Amino acid sequence: MNFEFTEEQKMIQQAAKDFAERELLPDIIERDANSRFPAEQVKKLAELGFLGMMTSPEYDGGGMDTISYVLAMEEISKIDSSTAVMMSVCNSLVNWGLETFGTEEQKQKYLKPLARGEKIGAFLLSEPEAGSDATKQRTTAVDMGDYYLLNGTKNWITNANSASTYLVIAHTNPEKGHKGINAFIVEKSWPGITLGPHEDKMGMRSSDTHSVMFTDVKVPKENRIGEDGFGFTFAMKTLDGGRIGIASQALGIASGALERAIKYSKERKAFGTEICNHQAIAFKLADMAVKVENARNLCLKAAWMKDEHLNYGIMSAYAKQYAADIAMEVTTEAVQIHGGYGYVKEYHVERLMREAKLTQIYEGTSEVQKIVISRSLLK
Amino acid sequence: MSVLVYAENRDGLFRKATLELLSYAAEMAKAMNTHVVAIAIGCVQTDELVKLGQYGAVKVLKSNPDFNILDIKAFAKIIVAAVEKEQATVILFPGSINGSALAPAVAARLKAGLVTGVVALPTSFDPLVVKKMVFTGKAFAATKVTTPVKVLTLSQNSFGVAEPGTGAAVVEEFGVEAAKSAISLVEVKKQTGKVLLTDAEIVVSGGRGLKGPENFGLIEELAELLGAATGCSRPVSDEGWRPHSEHVGQTGKIIAPVLYIACGISGAIQHVGGISSSKHIVAVNNDKDAPIFDVADYGIVGDFKTVLPEMIAAIREVKAK
Amino acid sequence: MKILVCISEVPDTTTKIRFTDGNKALDTAGIQWIINPWDELALTRALEIKEASGGAVEAVTVATVGAAQAEPTIRKALAVGADNAIRVDAPATDAWYVAVQLAEVVKSGGFEIVMTGRDSADYNGASVGGMLAALLDYNTLSSVSSMALDGGKIIAGREIDGGTETLEAELPFLAVVQKGIAIEPRIPAMRGIMMARTKPLQVVPPVDTGCLTENVEFELPKSRGACRKFAADEVKALVDVLHNEAKLI
Repeated sequence: MNFEFTEEQKMIQQAAKDFAERELLPDIIERDANSRFPAEQVKKLAELGFLGMMTSPEYDGGGMDTISYVLAMEEISKIDSSTAVMMSVCNSLVNWGLETFGTEEQKQKYLKPLARGEKIGAFLLSEPEAGSDATKQRTTAVDMGDYYLLNGTKNWITNANSASTYLVIAHTNPEKGHKGINAFIVEKSWPGITLGPHEDKMGMRSSDTHSVMFTDVKVPKENRIGEDGFGFTFAMKTLDGGRIGIASQALGIASGALERAIKYSKERKAFGTEICNHQAIAFKLADMAVKVENARNLCLKAAWMKDEHLNYGIMSAYAKQYAADIAMEVTTEAVQIHGGYGYVKEYHVERLMREAKLTQIYEGTSEVQKIVISRSLLK
Repeated sequence: MSVLVYAENRDGLFRKATLELLSYAAEMAKAMNTHVVAIAIGCVQTDELVKLGQYGAVKVLKSNPDFNILDIKAFAKIIVAAVEKEQATVILFPGSINGSALAPAVAARLKAGLVTGVVALPTSFDPLVVKKMVFTGKAFAATKVTTPVKVLTLSQNSFGVAEPGTGAAVVEEFGVEAAKSAISLVEVKKQTGKVLLTDAEIVVSGGRGLKGPENFGLIEELAELLGAATGCSRPVSDEGWRPHSEHVGQTGKIIAPVLYIACGISGAIQHVGGISSSKHIVAVNNDKDAPIFDVADYGIVGDFKTVLPEMIAAIREVKAK
Repeated sequence: MKILVCISEVPDTTTKIRFTDGNKALDTAGIQWIINPWDELALTRALEIKEASGGAVEAVTVATVGAAQAEPTIRKALAVGADNAIRVDAPATDAWYVAVQLAEVVKSGGFEIVMTGRDSADYNGASVGGMLAALLDYNTLSSVSSMALDGGKIIAGREIDGGTETLEAELPFLAVVQKGIAIEPRIPAMRGIMMARTKPLQVVPPVDTGCLTENVEFELPKSRGACRKFAADEVKALVDVLHNEAKLI
């Protein structure tokens, strides 16, 4: 066992930290208030290779391991979760899914520009009536011989507007249940695709979330991913890795809140001393720090298992459930430590608290993670 | 044996930093039982040269009046020749831009030990040990020089200018053949009439709390009223609100004025390093918990937009009396 | 044409400085090491000059004098774009010692352009660049705040008291650079970090020379007294104190 990061991992962590502090922090409050997508910042992030950091160099990616990815996600999420979630979707859902399960032609055509960060991807699974229960897909793709005809609506789609490459999950054969599900590569520019309005969210307000409607969209046969009926497995396998991304995001939200709480408690004075000298505050900080460290260890363990090609699906559920839940607790305490200042935007912790909430909901709610975890225990 | 001082002139005149350096040299020479020789390179009138005697120089070498922009290589060769002629064992430079550029060039040519940013008289002469600033203002070191010839640069405003005496220095023509470097001047941009940040007794400085370049008019107004120089914190110069030459702090200028007035500067550790040698610090900030108040002697918790105009008015009033 | 950028590593500028061993040595526990900020700006500008040179500048090399633990800092310089690196395998004891080592690096590598930072954020020697130029007898400018390659010549701006001078210098040339030469250091890209693995890092033994100075002891500045605070509506009272009591204005 070795808890030491490599020189390279530390360099990536520092690069992400520098980027977040230099590029993401300056306008973060304004972007949050106006739900403004960080287009310029995302372009720079892409140029640095963060959007394809785990894709192999063969397909123009950065070739970095999952541990590096966790470290980068934590640093970005400490400051801007809206940017972090787009980075997570690109890396762990779209690029990973294409690299692992796509054909050579699909990788050449779609993965390369995604890995270079020239194009952005989105993962379209959730539906108005199929959130946690992914088998209840209403979107259909009917086999028309030469092509599939895609119809239906997807909800809560991150990167819906900024992406040009969609991975869409749809039923091709509803009678077959989850074995009748397939995944498709769909280009956003194709006829028949319309977007709903930008969702006015509680947190991660500048991430670009919309619903997406498909009306008779023709999808070429060669854009199906894997064998017929592979879609459900594809979605579940991909989400295993996605959970590491969201767990790391939750970790970053929590550790960012902790850092701000420590700093504030050392500056703010009450009853003649800095508030960190009051045990009521000091103990809160200790509890927060232990939670953050636990979450970090779970994220890193899941990442390590993925890098070692071990079965990491359950560990990523541990990491996601725990990190998301403690992110909510830690950010709430960080607001409390800041008192009235914590409740205004200038001190950032109220935003982190709003962002933390979403990590308990998307890419599998905390409750769904517990189903996955408990089933593995009771098998 | 002698103490040799590089007497830097600006447009033919000796400025405070040079007089301060001579005052320091005189004290050193007294302790070493020797005398001070100054060297002035470039065009300076004889009566200005003679004046250096009031601050302790016995002799002034008047050298190469045609060298009026800094040519490090050529200047260093001239100074080295003077060191040899005067058998100098201590060579002193001001901690100014030019002095700091010349000291290492001279030291390397003499293979002499160099200490830069010296803040006080030596604590020992044999061996020579001097106190210097390290970690950009966050600490001091006692540095020992082990060579027979020693080169020091003196931190500006760290010693003060002695009361002028009645002495007059002997002016000696000192011609040295020094080939100029293959460097030629294309353009000079110089602001005149402005107090230099590193020279100033009072510095008025603005930070990010001023919100934008348009609000620095208040800083300038206050500075002008006090005969002060203007400065700024790093984010301000990074944003381009003010020129880099005004940046005070770790990677900018380290200053030691008598009074430093910090407006809308939170007091990041990098900034504080650059001002910690100031004799008095006044902070204006609307955040009562800002770390600048930990290093300030006087503080006003309030918005610069109301505080600064009131301060300007109040100072006008006391100045009028 | 080849550019050499001399770099050193220093404690992160936000580090709280502490001493150990009876105030005789820096307490390095918990210190994060970074490229000296001025050196990093020099490197940033060197890379820009190379990119704009249309192939005239073949390579940007970084050199450091230091033990093996300086290598992460060197790798970072490689990750942001330096082509190769040289480490003189010896502790950086004083400015003279370092300058002598670097002079050897410059001579054996045939570098016509050398860039160094104006100062270093650790012991604030502000000496290595000036000494190196003297040892090499190169044309040199200090306080360089802008620099470009124009044909075979250097066009540089330097800060002077109250202004700037623009000068034209012939090669070989050494620039001692300060803030303004580049605005922000580069953040390494994934591709750069990946390539840094395989870029050459040459380790060379030091040449024999001694030190001329030695830091024998350290001390921290005395803490200042408590701040006398005035409310926003007490500006007049403060001015009164500054004028009549402290006699500062």
